[in-house]
Amino acid sequence: METISNNLHPTPPAHQRTLSASADQPEGLRPAFPAHQRYWNEYVKEIADDRYFYERSCIRQTFFPGSEAAFLKILRDELGKDIRDEVNQHTCTGIGYHSDIVPLETTMTIVARLFSLMTEAGYKNYVPSCVTSFGVFSEIVHKWEEQPALLEKTRELLFKATGREFEIPENIAHPSDIIYKFRNELKDKMKYRLVNRYTGRPLKVVDHIGCHYAKIFPEKGIGKAEFPHVLAGMVESWGGEVVDYPERRHCCGFGFRQYIIQENRGYSIANSKKKFESMEPYEPDFIVSNCPGCTMFLDKWQYVIAEMEHKTYDKEGYGIPSLTYEEMAGLLLGYDPWTLGLQLHQVQVEHLLDKIGIEYDPDDKYRAADGSLLPSPEKPNNLQV
Amino acid sequence: MPEFGFSISKGRTIDFDLLDSARTAALEGDDSGLIKCMDCGTCTATCSAGAFSDFSIRKIHTMFRRGQYDGVAEALSKCMLCGKCTLVCPRSVNLRHAIIRMRQTLRTSVPDDDDLRHYLNVL
Repeated sequence: METISNNLHPTPPAHQRTLSASADQPEGLRPAFPAHQRYWNEYVKEIADDRYFYERSCIRQTFFPGSEAAFLKILRDELGKDIRDEVNQHTCTGIGYHSDIVPLETTMTIVARLFSLMTEAGYKNYVPSCVTSFGVFSEIVHKWEEQPALLEKTRELLFKATGREFEIPENIAHPSDIIYKFRNELKDKMKYRLVNRYTGRPLKVVDHIGCHYAKIFPEKGIGKAEFPHVLAGMVESWGGEVVDYPERRHCCGFGFRQYIIQENRGYSIANSKKKFESMEPYEPDFIVSNCPGCTMFLDKWQYVIAEMEHKTYDKEGYGIPSLTYEEMAGLLLGYDPWTLGLQLHQVQVEHLLDKIGIEYDPDDKYRAADGSLLPSPEKPNNLQV
Repeated sequence: MPEFGFSISKGRTIDFDLLDSARTAALEGDDSGLIKCMDCGTCTATCSAGAFSDFSIRKIHTMFRRGQYDGVAEALSKCMLCGKCTLVCPRSVNLRHAIIRMRQTLRTSVPDDDDLRHYLNVL
């Protein structure tokens, strides 16, 4: 296991550079590293090097069906890592847990069963695909560390129910952490860069970090909750430019209690709308997120707002494409956009592909695996496709 | 448009660029002592009109300070100017006077709004 050190962060983000060491400090009292590097060390986290146990998300395979496959392909084929895609895995209960439908004891026991699958397979580094799962695992492990009696009770409950035993992972990292860790290795393999081929300028990218990634346990996220750098680091390394707009840290509105009840969804969409209005003047080329809910809502709410208020947040009326970080990485590595599942997004991506210069066949957009053509989806009333 | 079963909630953000600070300044610059208000709500608790309607002096004052005037004129028309709020105020704010000043401020600031004028001329 290796700690992400300053070797991978030769230059901290601009907002950290203002905290530099005082040059007029006597030499004997001067620290070994400049202050900005010492401060930034508090904002990094441990990420395992290899041998990962992957846990899939409940909803990502529906909304972004190519993302998880792309992550596994990147790790195995591009980086040569060992990652296990366990067939017996199941939910972490995250949605039910945060909606007060599933009690804590049940969640802890189900988390314990997932850990037992990892232990049985001989792995120690847990990688949950979903940001909510990442938050649940971080929270449960923290509870067990603080209250060993809860851990013992969970071990007992799991053994009584299933006869299984488990070990707590040595390292829990989100897949976006791993892509961030190896972003420079991936950069060397990439076919495209985040550059507008018509203007030669970096693409303007809105990065959105899921709330459960670093707002619950700040130390679990790269850059903590204050300076989340996990997606910004990828964008900057791969040639793009991050848009630092006023509502950058605002929630997308996915919060389980809002969207589960249909009548409450007006509150949910209001959060996304606030973000869209804030980012609109910066004319971003696309949005990238590391959370299933954020990517989905920042994509599909654009359609709902266009239907309800006849408003889109780009100049041409197509909307702002909303991608996962695996889709972004996959596109730049030269993977086929339709194999990545980009045709399933609400805001269509052809304009973005053209800007980057990515080759694609429009005729294959709705072609099934057996070569037959699937019916095209119905067109929205106001959002251009 | 498809039937979504919900609508977009209105934002609760207070946009200072849209805030009409002149009305608020006119209110706090008078001699009612409203600037001393600590939002305790005693005025609202003792209000006769508040017992029979949703009239709330505390809420109206808060909306004025935020520059949010929607519905304020209608709410102000419910006050009977009995003055009980002034008697109980721990900061000795002359709330009866403040309400009259609020009505005057709205009346002069929105001269073209007939509905508003109608409400403000009641009592």
